[in-house]
Amino acid sequence: MLWRAVWRAATRVAGPSPPRRGLRLRGLDQSPHPSGFSDVVPPTEETVFRPLYMDVQATTPMDPRVLDAMLPYLINYYGNPHSRTHSYGWESEAAVEHARQQVASLIGSDPREIIFTSGATESNNIAIKGVARFYKLRKKHVITTQTEHKCVLDSCRSLEAEGFKVTYLPVQKNGIIDLKELEAAIQPDTSLVSVMTVNNEIGVRQPIEDIGRICSSRKVYFHTDAAQGVGKIPINVNDMKIDLMSISGHKIYGPKGVGAIFIRRRPRVRVEAVQSGGGQERGMRSGTVPTPLVVGLGAACELAQEEMENDHKRISLLAERLVEKIMSNLPDVVMNGDPVQHYPGCINLSFAYVEGESLLMALKDVALSSGSACTSASLEPSYVLRAIGTDEDLAHSSIRFGIGRFTTEEEVDYTAEKCIYHVKRLREMSPLWEMVQDGIDLKTIKWTQH
Amino acid sequence: MAASSRAQVLDLYRVMLRESGKFTSYNYRTYAIRRIREAFRENKNVKDSAQIQMLVNKAKRNLEIIRRQVPWYSWMSQLHPILVGQHSLLSTILKSTVTTDLFKKGPDPP
Repeated sequence: MLWRAVWRAATRVAGPSPPRRGLRLRGLDQSPHPSGFSDVVPPTEETVFRPLYMDVQATTPMDPRVLDAMLPYLINYYGNPHSRTHSYGWESEAAVEHARQQVASLIGSDPREIIFTSGATESNNIAIKGVARFYKLRKKHVITTQTEHKCVLDSCRSLEAEGFKVTYLPVQKNGIIDLKELEAAIQPDTSLVSVMTVNNEIGVRQPIEDIGRICSSRKVYFHTDAAQGVGKIPINVNDMKIDLMSISGHKIYGPKGVGAIFIRRRPRVRVEAVQSGGGQERGMRSGTVPTPLVVGLGAACELAQEEMENDHKRISLLAERLVEKIMSNLPDVVMNGDPVQHYPGCINLSFAYVEGESLLMALKDVALSSGSACTSASLEPSYVLRAIGTDEDLAHSSIRFGIGRFTTEEEVDYTAEKCIYHVKRLREMSPLWEMVQDGIDLKTIKWTQH
Repeated sequence: MAASSRAQVLDLYRVMLRESGKFTSYNYRTYAIRRIREAFRENKNVKDSAQIQMLVNKAKRNLEIIRRQVPWYSWMSQLHPILVGQHSLLSTILKSTVTTDLFKKGPDPP
């Protein structure tokens, strides 16, 4: 039966010849080999390609080694880690504790300081709401920045509704906060400062060591959303004097739906639990710990530790290549964010006189984004770009390129070439570009109404 | 020990590259091949036999992982062709002078 299906498939493909697409990339495997599944659908003759993935800030593909580590816990070792009475529970718990150790060693903490959550959003909620509410009798002030992730800003907004005062620190033109402003903003009743390590839209690295030093000298807790930074840049919670840190699984080639929060024990940071229940995870996050996901997170963290230097070197080279290619072939391209204090794998470029959405649609073969995934549904330009002072028109024409562990040189070259081609084509069609070529200063134009 | 002889290590290297070439996903395949080459090249001059043994064992574990994982991705690709790397399209685009040519592609994915 199987052989008949394979035979049928083979003869079906030998029908009218499919349109040849030119060169075949070396090493590209187009023939399906018999896999033992009898209801296999052979690829259609006009094989549909999937786009190149250049959006690693939104999420990352899972490393095969991480999936390999998770599989036993999805198949046979399915016990609840909190079951105390049988070996299913014990082996599951051992896996969770091992994963905890792996996460802790990546950030330089003690395993007891790691709490597993459902992602960086939940970790941020626990950090901000939990700390603020615990100390609310004496401390009613929280400081954060304008370029934080939506979950941090939204948590702060809900705290304001509860009666807290929140200061949203502005950032400078390069995306980095002013340390003097931070020092001035800290008051005697400040309980928490929250600044993200690496921004997910423009890739800037905040001066975490300096902020940590300031906060610890003023006896204020320091929380950092390190979802984009963990496993990519070296982070040590003791050297950087971090008290709370959020980690996300699916940004470091791990599974989606899992994250962790680091809560310092010495000196102890007290946190009011946001999720009530059976008291799992030291009472700070009740609920069954999802063993396969947590094992995946642990494996991803261990891999990140091993591969960090290698990945960072490669990604820096690829990023330089992409930016150099685009900037040398196109005029009027602006890179948003500080060029030095920057994580190389997140490049945000604004192409003047080109509309961002139309450029994204033109770049159909490359998966890119023009802002963060969680705000991509709205039509407003990104608030991060507005906070760094980009003009409205440049903010609308920004594209974020993400380079990760699995990105190849060929993908980067292809993206750059396509980008250059389409920007030139769109500019040819743009009346604004024509006006600029004629030497008209766009700011002096009066767009009159009839 | 026999496992750490030069011939055995080279054999392991060849087998790993061959197995990695079976990934149907472009990104995983290129990563595996590149990483294996880098790792073996990096540790080319290690002389301590205990360390060599440890590295060989690690490579063998990774080989097992590759062998286990490749069929998953090839199974997925039977259902959704994952074929990345469209330089053929690039050459088509750059040669075309008519804008309508840009939209001449296959049917949209479901």
